[in-house]
Amino acid sequence: MRDIDATTDRNLRGKYAIVGIGETEYTRGSGMTTRALGTRAVRAAVEDAGLTFDDVDGMLSYSGNDSIPSTVVAGDLGMRLNFYMDCQGGGSSTEALVGIAMGVIEAGLCNTVAIFRAMNGYSEFRIGGTGRSSGRSALSGDALFGRVYGQASAGQNFAHSFMRHMYDYGTTPEQVAHVKVIHSEHASNNPKAYYKNRVTVDDVLSSRMICKPLHLLDCCVETDNANCIIVTSMERAKDLRHTPAKILAVVGRCSKPRMDNHYQHGPISTVAGHYARNILWSNAGVGPEDIQVTGSYDAFTFTTMLQLEDYGFCKKGEGGDYVSSGVMRLGNKRPNNTSGGHLCEGYTHGIAMVIENVRQLRHDIDDSCPIGEDGKRQHTHDYSEGGCRQVKDVELSANLGWATPNTGSALVMQRGD
Amino acid sequence: MPLEGEYMGRDVVINDLDTANQEFYSHCATGTLHLQNCASCDLMRYPTTTACPWCAKAEYDWKPVSGRGTVHSYTEVHHAIDPVFREHVPYHILLVDLDEQLGQPTEHEALRINGNLVDADGEMAGEDLVNTVGIGTRVRIVFKDMGGGIALPLWTVDEEAEQPETVWRYGSS
Repeated sequence: MRDIDATTDRNLRGKYAIVGIGETEYTRGSGMTTRALGTRAVRAAVEDAGLTFDDVDGMLSYSGNDSIPSTVVAGDLGMRLNFYMDCQGGGSSTEALVGIAMGVIEAGLCNTVAIFRAMNGYSEFRIGGTGRSSGRSALSGDALFGRVYGQASAGQNFAHSFMRHMYDYGTTPEQVAHVKVIHSEHASNNPKAYYKNRVTVDDVLSSRMICKPLHLLDCCVETDNANCIIVTSMERAKDLRHTPAKILAVVGRCSKPRMDNHYQHGPISTVAGHYARNILWSNAGVGPEDIQVTGSYDAFTFTTMLQLEDYGFCKKGEGGDYVSSGVMRLGNKRPNNTSGGHLCEGYTHGIAMVIENVRQLRHDIDDSCPIGEDGKRQHTHDYSEGGCRQVKDVELSANLGWATPNTGSALVMQRGD
Repeated sequence: MPLEGEYMGRDVVINDLDTANQEFYSHCATGTLHLQNCASCDLMRYPTTTACPWCAKAEYDWKPVSGRGTVHSYTEVHHAIDPVFREHVPYHILLVDLDEQLGQPTEHEALRINGNLVDADGEMAGEDLVNTVGIGTRVRIVFKDMGGGIALPLWTVDEEAEQPETVWRYGSS
């Protein structure tokens, strides 16, 4: 039942692409509603693709806390939709919705789908239940097994897995801190990033403790922003503005056993990628060794490491060595989160990491490199502070989306023709 | 009838449709932890569920357990989210492998029960106690009365148990 037969055509390998991307500024205080944010991101993505608003007839969105329904955004932009759905979900939703978009287009329900996420994730609805939206409700149901014990935030909820990984494999805080260090270097070459300052391992380890093993700088930033990607067929993509990011494979919200309370089924230092990788790599027709840039979700430094390990970029238990080896640094073998990710650029529940890899595959990263006479950036591949963040000659990317230790999604893309 | 209690100044309400949780927390008020035990495959489960995670059958009985176990993992919270916990930082959230049904039905499964580290009277542990507990510590359940006929299970160090020579704590490796 759990084996996916990837030898058939039904996995749609190479038949669909991401052709448009849109994002708003990464801020703490957007000064506008999620409705205005969402509308801006969708408009930017449609225009980026070179499509008209009549061409886009499908819409998908997701929300963990705040968002805005497709009906409102589509209405504001004068779009009539043949298919839309607004889903519940945070991290790892983007990749799963790419899979749904491919499926509904293939099934003939619509032709082109805009996927968006709009959030005032700092100024209105902060994860963990604080911020302008916070309210105190009575403890009941699932809260009796978690929140009642002061276990409310994502960090507090995931920490058992992180601590057990250190116990099981000898992973050290110093090793894992390199994730933040490297992402901060990448962010220093990203004019959009909320945090552009480079930090050191010492900076991470000397930042205040939030909940062990997480220091403040092991945790991602919270921001206000909206992002959108446009999915359509490779056939349709031929006439559009940019080189398409061709979709080789998707895994959507693959889970460990006991989703109701995943710690019941160990090892608790293993995450959903352990199961997802069997679907991902067989459907993609490539393996982790072929991938040149990764987007491993960095809600925390640890989530990046755990996923790279369980998706097979290194052996189980060697994630600490992998992330501290420098392999993830721009200029080295397989950079991760070249935008700076959620730790530095902004928090988008994963969609911005997909956008970054689409730009990478276009060979058109929006860094500070000079723009040439053809209107395109002339990438220097000098990755020093304030410089380039385009990976040279990149052809294959992987996004590893994280919801919880229990649930993840993934997406493998290839530079289109 | 909903069961209504209070813990650390927060209201706890278990409505009358949520029969499994009403029974779970009422059993806690008797001073013995009881878990749902599947009438079909005879496996216990935690937390409460509406069907057996191993055989999907609905019928169950309540089975008393020792309430003793070993810390499987933990976090030590320094930045409280819920304001009522701010005066208690740093505090522990322990994930404990219950002695019963350990490694069943498969090797890596256990009844892993969440809860704060408290003293023997059920009060949040002070920093001295927090600094001694880690992975491997032997612990036992204590209950904090929430009123309204319900109580909350929490963990304290098992004074009668043989403790390991060293426990693993953050910073040990």
